[in-house]
Amino acid sequence: MERTIAGKNITVNEEGYLTDFSQWDEKVGEALSAEANIALTPRHWEVIKYLQEEHKNQVALSIRRIGKSGLVDIKEFYQLFPNAPLKTATKIAGIPKPASCI
Amino acid sequence: MSENKGAINKMMIILSKGTLENVYAAFVLANGARMEGIEAEIFFTFFGLEAIHKKKLEHLHVATVGNPAMHMPTMLGGLPGMEALATHMMKKEMEKIDMPDIHEFLDILSASGVRMWACKLAVDMFHYKKEDLYEGVEDIITVGDFYKQSEGEGVHMLFV
Repeated sequence: MERTIAGKNITVNEEGYLTDFSQWDEKVGEALSAEANIALTPRHWEVIKYLQEEHKNQVALSIRRIGKSGLVDIKEFYQLFPNAPLKTATKIAGIPKPASCI
Repeated sequence: MSENKGAINKMMIILSKGTLENVYAAFVLANGARMEGIEAEIFFTFFGLEAIHKKKLEHLHVATVGNPAMHMPTMLGGLPGMEALATHMMKKEMEKIDMPDIHEFLDILSASGVRMWACKLAVDMFHYKKEDLYEGVEDIITVGDFYKQSEGEGVHMLFV
């Protein structure tokens, strides 16, 4: 389905995740974070860029992998994105929701 | 399911068993809840205490006897070394699917905000002390304290 995010027409799935990463830009990320009630700081952006990079390299994202990222530990990840951090952060980053149980 | 419009706010998980497969089940459920933005707490009781006992948590085993899903004759499952072999094989498979070991999993749960409690009755029975237990365990509490802890809307309780 299509919806307007930050004034752009964007294709998303039924859970609101972008289906085409090329439609993502920082304005879209900001709009999606506002919907999740998160005020993005430079630290958030570091994590978002990291997630996008991992996705580009086809790494399956999980909480465990975030903890081993060397960038952010699990505790801080939960502080940055308090509600369902992996789901929220990947949505803001414009990448698919990870199908991970750990 | 009309309570709280069916939404789950908090999972209260009681872990009473010390076999690897049950401990992992409880941990995955608790961690999975936190990943969805649901609060989670674990109450460790009876053999479940082995999962938070510093000296024992690295040595949990899969049950090979009395477990029909192992598809192993009971007599065979009881042979010396069988449990160790099955445990070794299961741990190898778990590493393949990026499953952390028990200690690392406890660290993940702790960092994710899962609150962990030890059952006072069971701790007394096994003569354990607070310092025997994993640091992330907040306190040794009674079953009454745990019920008090479980008050609120959308709270679900699960016995493993």
